[in-house]
Amino acid sequence: MAPFSQTKKFLDDTGSISRFAGHFFSIGIKPRYEIKELLAQCYIIGYKSLPLIGLTGFIMGLVLTMQLRPSLIIYGVESKLPVMIGIAIVREIGPVITALIFAGKIGSSIGAELGSMKVTEQIDAMEVSGTNPFKYLVATRILAATLMLPVLTLLGDAISLFGAYLGVNIHTVTNYHLFFTQVFQSLSFGDVLPAFIKTFFFGFAVGVIGCYKGYFSSKGTRGVGNSANSAVVLASVMIFVIDLLAVQITDVLGLN
Amino acid sequence: METEKDDVLTKPGTPLKEPVIVIEHLYKSFGDNAVLKDFNLIINEEENVVVLGKSGSGKSVLIKCIIGLLKPDSGNIFVFGENVPDMAHEELDRIRTKMGFLFQGNALYDSMTVRENLEFPLRRHWIGFSQAKVDGLVMEALGNVGLKHAVDMMPAELSGGMLKRVALARTMILQPDIILYDEPTTGLDPVTAREIDTLIITLQRKYHTSSIIISHDMNCVKNTADRVVLLLDGKCYTEGTYLDFEKSTDENIRQFFE
Repeated sequence: MAPFSQTKKFLDDTGSISRFAGHFFSIGIKPRYEIKELLAQCYIIGYKSLPLIGLTGFIMGLVLTMQLRPSLIIYGVESKLPVMIGIAIVREIGPVITALIFAGKIGSSIGAELGSMKVTEQIDAMEVSGTNPFKYLVATRILAATLMLPVLTLLGDAISLFGAYLGVNIHTVTNYHLFFTQVFQSLSFGDVLPAFIKTFFFGFAVGVIGCYKGYFSSKGTRGVGNSANSAVVLASVMIFVIDLLAVQITDVLGLN
Repeated sequence: METEKDDVLTKPGTPLKEPVIVIEHLYKSFGDNAVLKDFNLIINEEENVVVLGKSGSGKSVLIKCIIGLLKPDSGNIFVFGENVPDMAHEELDRIRTKMGFLFQGNALYDSMTVRENLEFPLRRHWIGFSQAKVDGLVMEALGNVGLKHAVDMMPAELSGGMLKRVALARTMILQPDIILYDEPTTGLDPVTAREIDTLIITLQRKYHTSSIIISHDMNCVKNTADRVVLLLDGKCYTEGTYLDFEKSTDENIRQFFE
């Protein structure tokens, strides 16, 4: 019975989250617009995540270069290191790693914040005050996550490439201009655009799942903890699922 | 014990007042658990009615149905003649400007200062107000509860009694005609609880509000009630004044005094 009930719960959850996302389009994007709260959330979700995204991006670029370099030397293609790094970071590793870190930081934060507001009746208080909590709390956070993750990914990619440049220079002296010329010459429209577009979907998934888990949190401190935890786990899985779909779609469209 | 509703409402010497809330045949269940079963109640203008009942008896569910946070399974809740369960969201927002709700746990927004907590309902309902007008109303509301000095503090910096008073100020800031109190003195020491009771009465006299007070604290009942309703098994078991309850020999009533 356990696998059956787990499958049923998974399907129930999927249906509920889809309805919740649909609610965002039917109610969340209609007036009255909560511009002030949206800007506040963009600041919290975007600007305040930048140090973490920047640091991890920098380390990712540095480490990737240091790990790849010995293998490329063996095959005598060390000169192709900037090309490989550029494609790997911009097409796949940058968006996915940034999204996973974003899911860890923002998914859990939204899940815990809304969960806590739910159990302390702050969401009910908001409703009684004549505010639609879905519009004020949920729609603003989903929109901020959807808009901020692509920006963070672009910045993370740039910092990551800078980390890669420093990684190359640990063993050899490489000209800054030469390194970045090689990186950008290797990238085409079909590399950058699909990778950029999928980050909107990653951000949307993190926002929707974080808000859903928090908004429907069960009572008590354990309920809030579970909301934060399951928001991160589910959002992380969704990022890989969306990534898989994005690769298939770009493949069908011939953008690979 | 038979219901005394008619006696109380027509008691000689009691001025007849217009009903502001009329609840008819209210039913509400959660799964198999029927919480309210054919509940009926009338609240008149400027009347403080305490709904007494044991934990889990459906007292909070009742006032959440009145303000539209929960939808009843069936029955009518007329607030100023308008049936709340039939209302769309926009209509509910309009009727909610006439009702205040004091939550048991205060439900202050913990990411906002006291000032922002009080400004929040004002900004949502009265959009055209100038900052000076909003500031004036905030300070008046805080003045009513003796907390003007706490205007820029965060909820986490306040004591339990102060939190309750700020929550009361927020509830009163739109100067509603009806206030629903969900266990206003639960978790407070007797002195602070008495202060909150006094504030409830003072504000009721100042703004001429009608109130439903959910409680099982008999001191609160004694201090605030014009009329007491006992909610038992999802129904209005009996009603009367505090003195009627105090004199009663009914086992279901006596247990609240022991």
